[in-house]
Amino acid sequence: MFRQPRSRRALPLGLFAAAVFALPLALHSPYALSTLTLIGLYTIVTLGLCLLMGYAGQASLGQAAFVGLGAYGSAILTRAFGLPGWLALLCACALTAAVAWLVGIPVLKLRGHYLAMGTLALGVIVNIGLREWRSVTGGPSGLAGIPHFALGPLTIKGDLQYYYLVWALVCVFLLISLNVVDSRFGRALRAIRASESAAESLGVDLGRIKLAVFVLAAMYASISGSLYAHYMTFISPGPFDLDSSVQFVLMAAVGGLASIWGAPFGTATVVLLALAIRELALAIVPQAGGEYQAVVYGVLLVLIMIFLPEGVTVSGMRYVRERLARGLWVQKVRRGGRGL
Amino acid sequence: MASEGTAILEVVRVCKRFGGVLALDDVSFRVHEGQIVALIGPNGAGKTTLLNVIAGALEATSGEVFFQGKRLSGRSPQDRVRLGIVRTFQQALPFGGMTVLENVMVGAHLRGHCELWQAAVRSAALRREEEDLYLDALRCLNLVGLGSRALDEAASLPFGQQRLLAVARALAAEPKLLLMDEPAAGLNRLERDNLAALVERIRQMGVTVVLVEHDMSLVMRLADWVVVLDRGRRLAQGTPADIQRDPAVIAAYLGDGFHA
Repeated sequence: MFRQPRSRRALPLGLFAAAVFALPLALHSPYALSTLTLIGLYTIVTLGLCLLMGYAGQASLGQAAFVGLGAYGSAILTRAFGLPGWLALLCACALTAAVAWLVGIPVLKLRGHYLAMGTLALGVIVNIGLREWRSVTGGPSGLAGIPHFALGPLTIKGDLQYYYLVWALVCVFLLISLNVVDSRFGRALRAIRASESAAESLGVDLGRIKLAVFVLAAMYASISGSLYAHYMTFISPGPFDLDSSVQFVLMAAVGGLASIWGAPFGTATVVLLALAIRELALAIVPQAGGEYQAVVYGVLLVLIMIFLPEGVTVSGMRYVRERLARGLWVQKVRRGGRGL
Repeated sequence: MASEGTAILEVVRVCKRFGGVLALDDVSFRVHEGQIVALIGPNGAGKTTLLNVIAGALEATSGEVFFQGKRLSGRSPQDRVRLGIVRTFQQALPFGGMTVLENVMVGAHLRGHCELWQAAVRSAALRREEEDLYLDALRCLNLVGLGSRALDEAASLPFGQQRLLAVARALAAEPKLLLMDEPAAGLNRLERDNLAALVERIRQMGVTVVLVEHDMSLVMRLADWVVVLDRGRRLAQGTPADIQRDPAVIAAYLGDGFHA
């Protein structure tokens, strides 16, 4: 029987999981561990954005709003209604999916940048809602005392446990995303990106597929938000604003929009760079605020789009591969072979 | 020949107006099952517009198109693919960033039924379905002679093979009626002969073919029936031999220099 040739995923995923498992053993600072946990949480959001932007070719400038819906949903459901963490996470995720679906239907009927505009508006509306609906969201001061994440009898506590929970989920979401891209659905997505008219002529329903991936990306964001709320035990509207949405876009772009594997590396690069920029700015200008970061982000995004349009990860891998190939060629020539 | 068999496609008094321009003016003709019908005419005659109306990319301003007796107006392009009307474009439009095989698997898109969540967890049903789609796609690729390029990046194929890929992709959608827009444009003589043989093989599979073509020798060789359009109107129709002799066609389109 013929077997369908597939892109290999077990090996890279296994290596990735092993590296993720081993990393805390080499780190002894809780600060590093919590930074890595945050990178993991952001990676889940970025993965959804990669599917949406890289594969479906639709931009979202409101992804942080979905993260916020997940975070506040989980916080309110566990605090006020006493739901267990996992159930609250699922409820918040379903709610966020419903919101994304409702927003997506009219917006995705239009082509071009309308989704970006629509999601931008959604982001602003959600953020205002979080700030002003004080009786439910606690207003600008937010919600405190969110219980730790409970999985049945198991309660996740402490940086190390959260690290493993989050990164285990990153592995799961990586696998799901790779599966989706390498399916009938994913092929249709990639076909849409290459030529909408040709995809349509083969019976691919553009609107339905774009809507489905938009909802999927919102669900990723919501789950990330739920875990964020439990991990922090305190949330406020700040992290779910437009700035954060732009950061998620940047993370996806740095990793390579149409690259699932780029997501964790793009996210890590942006987070670590942001930390470095902050340190550097503080060293040079003692009262430096967030504006400096915004400026550097902007420059970075422009540079990436000009010089590495496929993203840092994809371009970097190609560079390594070409160097390797050239190295082999040089060796062969030296040995008197004919080259590659 | 033309009167034999049942009509699979009926175009009835179709008009298409773009602002002040009447691109199609009261065009009627029938295509019988198993035929190869060629639409010919000078540039701007409305051939591609007619193909677009049949495929559903454009709605006719007035008139009707029937496919197997079903009225097509108001049906989306996807609906028409589901009914069995599949088209190719003047450009090959390969899906770049995907392998040749994956391109053809997109053609089989509508035959898959698994939902997104099944794709996410790679359920057993989905794996079976993928295997089926894969084998179908491979068969279509072998049919057009691209089996050996299955795992190559689609955009890396030379032009002629991209054309064949577009045909394989359309065949994967299991058409009853295949609409081909200038399939031989830009091909060299050898590729053109290959394509003619392929179209003949497609017909033998039971697929009806309507093709827009400029290459008269190809049309005369392949077509059972020829419909001539000129400035949006149907100038003539008949067997290739009739068309070659038709004085109106010779005057309007083929010119004085045409001799069979």
